Amino acid sequence: MTLVEVKDAVRTFKRGSEEIKVLDGLNLSIPAGEFLALMGPSGSGKSTLLNLVGGLDRPNSGEIAIDGQRIDQMSATRLAAWRASHVGFVFQFYNLLPVLNAVRNVELPLLLTNLSKSERRKQAELALDIVGLSHRFNHYPRTLSGGEQQRVGIARAIASDPTLLLCDEPTGDLDRKTGDEILDLLTTLNKQHHKTVIMVTHDPHAAARASRTLYLEDGKLVSEFKP
Amino acid sequence: MKYLSLIFTNLGRKKIRTSLTFMSVLVAFILFGLLGAVQTALSQGVDVAGADRLVVRHKVSIIQMLPYSYGNRMAQMDGIDLATHFVWFGGIYQDPKNFFPQMPVDPIPFLDMYPEYELSQDHRDAWLNTRTGAIVGRKLADRFGWKIGDRIPIQATIWTKKDGGRTWEFDIVGIYDSKKKGVDLTQFFFRYDYFDETRRGAEGQVGWYVVRVKNPDQAADVAKNIDDMFANSPYETKAETEGAFVQAFAKQIGNITSIIIAIMSAVFFTILLVAANTMGQSVRERIVELGVLKAIGFTDRSVWAMVLGEAIMLTATAGLIGLGLSWLAVSGMSDSLSGVFPVFYLPVKTVLIGIALTVAVGLVAGSIPSFQAGQLRIADALRR
Repeated sequence: MTLVEVKDAVRTFKRGSEEIKVLDGLNLSIPAGEFLALMGPSGSGKSTLLNLVGGLDRPNSGEIAIDGQRIDQMSATRLAAWRASHVGFVFQFYNLLPVLNAVRNVELPLLLTNLSKSERRKQAELALDIVGLSHRFNHYPRTLSGGEQQRVGIARAIASDPTLLLCDEPTGDLDRKTGDEILDLLTTLNKQHHKTVIMVTHDPHAAARASRTLYLEDGKLVSEFKP
Repeated sequence: MKYLSLIFTNLGRKKIRTSLTFMSVLVAFILFGLLGAVQTALSQGVDVAGADRLVVRHKVSIIQMLPYSYGNRMAQMDGIDLATHFVWFGGIYQDPKNFFPQMPVDPIPFLDMYPEYELSQDHRDAWLNTRTGAIVGRKLADRFGWKIGDRIPIQATIWTKKDGGRTWEFDIVGIYDSKKKGVDLTQFFFRYDYFDETRRGAEGQVGWYVVRVKNPDQAADVAKNIDDMFANSPYETKAETEGAFVQAFAKQIGNITSIIIAIMSAVFFTILLVAANTMGQSVRERIVELGVLKAIGFTDRSVWAMVLGEAIMLTATAGLIGLGLSWLAVSGMSDSLSGVFPVFYLPVKTVLIGIALTVAVGLVAGSIPSFQAGQLRIADALRR
């Protein structure tokens, strides 16, 4: 079953008087449950594609449908609500709120639900448990290692049980060993928790964990690799 | 409500900066409260002035005396219900710094004229039966520890006695109080008949009159009639409502309200800049975080509201504490300042305006940063 459908997506940005076409009529179909890696040189449009699929940005033209829903046509408010329940984001630099401890960081997306305080707490603790940080609930980001911070970031991404996990270079700020642990975790979430994972990466080693790798160049898909 | 703890946590992000902004808002509202109390003190009586009472003084100035006979003539005029008179005694009790107003009055019309001065029947009877009797306000009695039966010597500065002496002695026979806020409880009233018979010079003359009109709507007409009646006499009058009289008295030292508004405007403009700068910096420092919040599903409006909420929480908390501290300070200083400001309190109106201002300052200070936060494009924010 197709989860993500991108049709003729064009995204341009203006830099001064110059217009730069970052995505140039891109077409893409991602089945549910896939672990997809996006590779390509800087400026090839990987992150832009990720932003479009995650509803963080809109195409200038073309269609973005997730699970049959045209997210490019949603209002900003509806799109925000859609993101809250359907997508989890994992960032390269973790992007945790430094003033909140681990469990409160994970609880953030749950503030947008109707769950009670105790239910939110329980679900946040469960997410931290899944990523192996049950012993770090009350630790603040500054007291956690990079790998632990990324685990908290992943726990935050899965806290509201989304179908889609979008990871923008999740191992880019980590050493190989820690990066491997994070990739193990993403693989587990994909295989055991049936999350569809789309990961942008520069690292072929990380991309090797994916079930399919797409290469982008100048806003177009140029090749595909399946191990 | 579930965002409150997030708002509160965010305020603690830069503790020193938040504390300094908090303190500046707090101090501004302490000042606001104190100046509000001073304004009330300087315009004291305006709020409690009877709408049905007119003050009649000599046309030239209040220092010039008026004949005692004017009282009866005014009392017989159409539209006038009652007339009573006052004289400024201006004596000193022990030390000039122990200032309080002393005035000889006719007890019956005086007490009839001022029902807000609450005096028990026993004290009233005692005053009527004691020529040297005096009644004093509760605050004045408390200030000097006076009680019924005490004999109080007052050194005259204006009124010499017929025997040449300047020490007047009065017996405290009553202590008046009032349930009405703003009533001056620091005054000392004694009997005019004793005063007039004992003083040397100006016998049969009084300082000013207070008359009560039957219909407050006709107060202006009655005032004009009074002035007309005594026009072209050696003692021409100027009659005006008690409120106007008190206001004119306060304005002798300047337009207090304008001065206070000018000071407070400068203070609030400054704290507005301080608070706006704090919020602006706070937003600039966490653009990525705000982008993350939006990415995980917070709407533009909820991010806007959260940042605005931080500004309001900061100024409202500091402002309310400031108002509370100013109330404590005013209450604490009330007795020690009673010689200067007989009526010194923080009026409810000032408190309500202050509460509204605590929110308004937050709203204005947070408006631009919160708008910017709400308008942030997620992709741009995350790229930083």
